[in-house]
Amino acid sequence: MSYSEKLIDHYENPRNIGTLDKNSEDVGTGLVGAPACGDVMKLQIKVGADGLIEDAKFKTFGCGSAIASSSLVTEWVKGKTIDEAETIKNTDIAKHLALPPVKIHCSVLAEDAIKAAIADYRAKSAKKDDITDTRSDSGHEHAHPND
Amino acid sequence: MIFTSGATESNNLAIRGVAEFYKDRKNHVVTTMTEHKCVLDTCRHLEQSGFEVTYLPVQKNGLVDLEVLRNAITDRTVVVSIMAVNNEIGVIQPLEEIGKICREKKTFFHTDAAQAAGKIPLDVEKMNIDLMSISGHKIYGPKGIGALYVRRKPRVRLVPLIVGGGQERGFRSGTLPTPLCVGLGEAAEICAKEMDGEAKRLKKLQERMLKGLNDKLSDIVVNGDLEQRIPGNLNISFAYVEGESLMMGIKGLSVSSGSACTSASLEPSYVLRALGVEEDMAHTSLRIGLGRFTTEQEVDTAVDELVRHVNKLRAMSPLWEMAQEGIDIKSIEWAAH
Ligand SMILES: Cc1ncc(COP(=O)(O)O)c(C=O)c1O
Ligand code: FES
Repeated sequence: MSYSEKLIDHYENPRNIGTLDKNSEDVGTGLVGAPACGDVMKLQIKVGADGLIEDAKFKTFGCGSAIASSSLVTEWVKGKTIDEAETIKNTDIAKHLALPPVKIHCSVLAEDAIKAAIADYRAKSAKKDDITDTRSDSGHEHAHPND
Repeated sequence: MIFTSGATESNNLAIRGVAEFYKDRKNHVVTTMTEHKCVLDTCRHLEQSGFEVTYLPVQKNGLVDLEVLRNAITDRTVVVSIMAVNNEIGVIQPLEEIGKICREKKTFFHTDAAQAAGKIPLDVEKMNIDLMSISGHKIYGPKGIGALYVRRKPRVRLVPLIVGGGQERGFRSGTLPTPLCVGLGEAAEICAKEMDGEAKRLKKLQERMLKGLNDKLSDIVVNGDLEQRIPGNLNISFAYVEGESLMMGIKGLSVSSGSACTSASLEPSYVLRALGVEEDMAHTSLRIGLGRFTTEQEVDTAVDELVRHVNKLRAMSPLWEMAQEGIDIKSIEWAAH
């Protein structure tokens, strides 16, 4: 398969590999895909007090296109509000990286990953608002398989 | 020996030819789930025209269970087609024992020896082989030429696929490409002369490679039996690292992967699946070939490259991270997608 220069650059020099504290209240974690399908993406966002995504990290098990898609998404979401980040479309990712048709689903996974991370962050903030007085000890995300 | 265009044609001619010839008396074919596509597709074809085909499972090490084979053969079985050496995992089937069972049960024995010829000794008498396919380009000969051995005593009859001028004892009409035939013969002669020495040399390289990888990497698994295997093949799953992404990294090395992500169909290797390799591990597999022109220096370079990239990719693998944290990946309910 022949890949675009941008894709190869993201594969060879992936941006923002790493892990944020998933138990932290300002971190949202998305874990999507399945090992049996050959692709698992973990994408995390850290949202600042101003409502902007100040950091994003990823780890991906998957093909080069999956790695590049998740790397690209972490770059794109930084500095955005979560509402803005939510509008990222897999087609934008696929277009930017010039993904071949059989690799489109890898970009779909990246879109799913950011959406899952946002949903997790929102669920956490909602809970925090619910119980403002009592100390919350359930900072982990119920919706996620890494429990 | 009947010259053909390659092992694909030889396999088609052997299986279809013998099944068609004896179809008044027999209607059953036995093969395995790990055969090359050209054998499996030939069998599917036969099924469509009314034959019954048994696709034998293989054991975890990739070898057929002889008792299972024995029980699968009936008095309606016309041919048993079992490959000598598997093209993905390099395992060598117990040919002599299979041949013995076939002779006892009075059924023909065909073997696809495309990956075996020139690499391991093949004795059609000792192994009771009635039909055997070989290919030129798998033994450093020219592409576009192969051959089918057809036993004369006791005689094996075939319906030809290609009819016409009656060349090749009527089994395969058409004028033969002399230069290719000579090339195949010459390639076979060189292989025969070098087989013993080459097998020893490759065994050392195979061991060197495996030791090099095992010394520097944890969680790697060899797929298929390591003993009953040609020394020129290693098929390894590098857990937690998807095969295509690994292939993208080790650019200087020419390998293939059983990962679905490398195939247009997005299906993982059916051979690994037949061995019972879990899908997540099939996704992490690489087939590494060592051959006549592979040097020790190249093996060392390959080990370094593989180690470097496996480590790099594991550092960015969420599954590796979970494994290090002691989380059992199988305990997680992954969303199907
Ligand atoms: C086991 C096996 N059988 C058959 C074939 C087909 O051989 P050919 O390319 O000569 O038709 C191959 C090679 O791809 C093979 O490895
Ligand atoms: S992760 Fe399998 S094709 Fe991209």
